Amino acid sequence: MVAKTYAWRKWSVLPGFGLAMGYTLLYLSLIVLIPLAGTFLKAATLTWPDFWETITSARALASYRLTFGASFVAAGVNGIFGLIVAWVLVRYKFPGRRLVDALVDLPFALPTAVAGIALTTIYSPNGWVGKLVEPWGIKIAFTPLGITLALVFIGLPFVVRTVQPVLEDLEPEVEQVAASLGANRWQTFWRVIVPTLLPSVLTGFALSFARAVGEYGSVIFIAGNMPMKTEITPLLIIIKLEQYDYAGATALAVAMLVVSFGMLLFINLLQWWGTRRHVS
Amino acid sequence: MKNQQQGRIARSIAERATTEPRWIRWGLIGVALAFLAVFVVLPLAVVFVAALQKGLYTYWESISDPMALAAIKLTFIAAGIAVPLNMVFGVAASWAIAKFDFPGKQVLTTLIDLPFSVSPVVSGLIFVLIFGLQGWFGPWLNDHDIKIIFAVPGIVLATIFVTFPFVARELIPLMQAQGTEEEEAALTLGAGGWQTFRRVTLPNIKWGLLYGVILCNARAMGEFGAVSVVSGHIRGLTNTMPLHIEILYNEYHSAAAFAVASLLALLALVTLALKSIVEWRVKQQLRGGRHTLVEEPTT
Repeated sequence: MVAKTYAWRKWSVLPGFGLAMGYTLLYLSLIVLIPLAGTFLKAATLTWPDFWETITSARALASYRLTFGASFVAAGVNGIFGLIVAWVLVRYKFPGRRLVDALVDLPFALPTAVAGIALTTIYSPNGWVGKLVEPWGIKIAFTPLGITLALVFIGLPFVVRTVQPVLEDLEPEVEQVAASLGANRWQTFWRVIVPTLLPSVLTGFALSFARAVGEYGSVIFIAGNMPMKTEITPLLIIIKLEQYDYAGATALAVAMLVVSFGMLLFINLLQWWGTRRHVS
Repeated sequence: MKNQQQGRIARSIAERATTEPRWIRWGLIGVALAFLAVFVVLPLAVVFVAALQKGLYTYWESISDPMALAAIKLTFIAAGIAVPLNMVFGVAASWAIAKFDFPGKQVLTTLIDLPFSVSPVVSGLIFVLIFGLQGWFGPWLNDHDIKIIFAVPGIVLATIFVTFPFVARELIPLMQAQGTEEEEAALTLGAGGWQTFRRVTLPNIKWGLLYGVILCNARAMGEFGAVSVVSGHIRGLTNTMPLHIEILYNEYHSAAAFAVASLLALLALVTLALKSIVEWRVKQQLRGGRHTLVEEPTT
């Protein structure tokens, strides 16, 4: 038994591997793996036509378009502004920089329901911002635009926090060399800095997108939740549950799980690409 | 003298070549600050303004209402169970992953991160499909009169699931960076396993551990989607603070909803402050750790 363990892993003088590993696997299985497997098994009790009909119903398709479309736009906004925020925080000195740096994480720390009612209050027609744009006929709350704004809020820290460390590690010598070889600042930025930052920006984009696709709390208040128009997929799952349509809810949940795991795989590949480029 | 001057000129040329003109710099700072003002400061400000819109008396009434107090209590219970459990798991998992070499390590790390990529609503649903009336164990639980879904155990389980990776994912990179030399030294000097862990490892990881616990707690107290699915929204019994806020808001008790929300917003601000302090300590500790690593002979 002992010999087998040693053959499986590299030998170490440190004790406690068996206990720590055993507990890790047990707890992981009980809390995460078995419940997830149970969900897939439950979906397997549905017939294929039923399953397919649920996940391709007109209402479900409309919810995917909204969820993925709004998430994509929000992640794009975060990609651009997140890069600017990270750049400013790493490269420039200005008063209050550390406070601003700490505030970037607020969307992680603020409960989503609180963010949801706050954003709705700001952007509803009589809110602080809603009032300003109403004379131009722009509606934000209870439209896809409002949903997108909520998703920008929720995904804001991802790009900043993935780009920041890479930018900090970027050695000034590389830029000095580029400049001494005759590149102007724009060329240096475009040809030297952007290629180095690209994997981290894309990783941040993907993380922000993945989070936005599953988001519920911050969106439902501002969404308006009209079927076919402003109804996101997680809400559709809840509606099916409230109608005791467990099969329908399970089918949609499995579809979302497959997308999430696909995203996770993609993000891991991106990170692997990033570290490989970083090393070479 | 002349050399110094030349050096200064060369340095200023190098600086100018590797930074942007002043107008671009201030332009970018302006764009970044405006973006954060609209998306971060504004929502935070509106919470406190709306909470106090009807005066301090209404504010106090809203947060001392029995239903609000019950929600606060349940939130503390759920976080009080979920956070310690995930903390113990985080320490065990990072000990196994960071201090030992074994195949499949990457897969295990990815599996630990899995709950982060699951939508909160789906996280709640998976427990309904297991313990709910239609779920795998539903009929059995019903026969034995055990309630998990639409009761406190379901809320605790959903909270554990969504906060599962926090401590582990903070500790694993930290412990990997610190290596195993210090523990090996302690063991060589005759310390036992637990003694080594308590006297060597724990002091080394305490700030990282605290960091993970702070983040885990913030999410545990603020979780909405997953808890909403398993709670059943029974007032005074299965409503956590975020669910209580939802009900108040949907019933047009805006001031009361924001009053309770302001408590969670304060928690978020405290979390951010603690996080900044701890982050700074972790950085210092890592710098100390690196210092000893440099003296290690390369193998």
